[in-house]
Amino acid sequence: MITLSGVTKRHPGGQEAVRRLDLSVARGEFVLLTGHSGAGKSTVLKLMAGIERPTEGTVTVSGQDLGTIRSGALPYLRRNLGLVFQDHKLLLDRSVFDNVALPLRIAGFPGADIGKRVRAALDRVGLLDRERGDPVTLSGGEQQRVCIARAIVHRPAVVLADEPTANLDEAYALEIVGLFRRLHEVGVTLVVSTHSPTAFGDARVREVALRQGILVRSGEARA
Amino acid sequence: MSRLLREHGLAFQDALRRLGGQFVAAFLNLLVIGIALSLPLAMYVVLGNVSDFSRQAAAEPQLTLFLRPDADATVARNIESRLKGHAAIGRYQFVAKAVALEDLKKAAGLSGIVEELGRNPLPDAYVVTGRPDGAEALEALRSEAATWPGVDHAQLDTLWARQVEAVIRGGRTVVVILGSLLGVALVAITFNTIRLQILGRREEIEVSKLIGATNAFIRRPFLYLGTLQGLIGACIAWGLVMFAVGVLERELGVAASLIAQDGVLRRLDIRDTIALAVLAGGLGWFGAWLSVTLHLRRFEPV
Repeated sequence: MITLSGVTKRHPGGQEAVRRLDLSVARGEFVLLTGHSGAGKSTVLKLMAGIERPTEGTVTVSGQDLGTIRSGALPYLRRNLGLVFQDHKLLLDRSVFDNVALPLRIAGFPGADIGKRVRAALDRVGLLDRERGDPVTLSGGEQQRVCIARAIVHRPAVVLADEPTANLDEAYALEIVGLFRRLHEVGVTLVVSTHSPTAFGDARVREVALRQGILVRSGEARA
Repeated sequence: MSRLLREHGLAFQDALRRLGGQFVAAFLNLLVIGIALSLPLAMYVVLGNVSDFSRQAAAEPQLTLFLRPDADATVARNIESRLKGHAAIGRYQFVAKAVALEDLKKAAGLSGIVEELGRNPLPDAYVVTGRPDGAEALEALRSEAATWPGVDHAQLDTLWARQVEAVIRGGRTVVVILGSLLGVALVAITFNTIRLQILGRREEIEVSKLIGATNAFIRRPFLYLGTLQGLIGACIAWGLVMFAVGVLERELGVAASLIAQDGVLRRLDIRDTIALAVLAGGLGWFGAWLSVTLHLRRFEPV
């Protein structure tokens, strides 16, 4: 599903965020990217989403090489991904409903479908009663759940989440982990970066550890 | 197809919302665009009226042959015999000096002054009307008639109309230059408005690109916004010019009937209106396209 072969990402200053990384994520797999700050977890997720291009090596998502893909084709590839950001990236001048509906509007879904799917996604993250609410009035955990609802509303095959439990207290973090487990159970491929893997303690999760951009440990792939 | 229409509908709604969202700023912008457009537009209308008037005058060219003060009936008959059957002439009329004096008294209300003169200063004259579109033949006749015995002065009445036409041609060039400059101003105003809109929506654009929005999807509401600005600016300019023509017509009163036969000045017709809308809307669209294309390149992700 996702393959990184000999990938190096060098920033303009010459600093290498990722070094000669080889990693494969199978369809339906739940991969945890672990490591300290600066280990390269976010860069790996950005490479997988086509937000960053590799300096060396190849990144392939659903058979498409992101190094050679036309820039015009990239948005269509991203529509098959669900992205969860550490800083949520919610639009604060829009309601919760409108934030979650954004991927559907971009993909050109009809209005009636949008309503149904947004409510279903909000129901899934337990925020159906907040659909008309203002994101700024939500707690950090609720904002993260809105972000997850936005990532899954268009039912993507792959969800990439960058530190989704960071800055959340334990109870909220467990809620988010529970959500990801439920997504995994319905066949969604998940790649989640975290510096606290214990919260995800589950035999069906593969942990991939990074240190200073180098892969130091990779569990066995299991769907 | 329906999906594309739906996307355009949403983009249009979004543009309307943006326009209404900052009503005062948007209104002032539109007013600037409207006034900028109304300047060349007003000149165009004025030139159109003057052009109609001069064309009307030039359509029936007239040549007036003023006879010498000492010319007697025999001289007048000789001139008449030359005019009879001349190819360039549609009709002619002899205006005796006494009749001309009476007309002058009636027309200009100068009877008191004329009475004071004690004698009739006007000469006998032939007023010659050329055939339709026979201005050039009449011009040749003017040169010829000026040499005839007994003719003091030959005056072609279309000469001034031609001079006015020459001025109008120059005026049209000024309209084109002014229109082009103000067209550039419209593009610049739209460019800047859209730039500010893009900067204000930076976060939204970045998030949208991250979750799969194409550049076309992001560009669309801004293009509608630019086009709407141009169109509304054109409506304001149209209204200003039509209002000004109405006021001018009332103020000119009798003089308006000298310019236009029925006393109604020429306004912007449907063709002018459509051309104005297409031009202003197109320039607004272009300004927005330029702005959004240049600024979107700076946004991540690509």
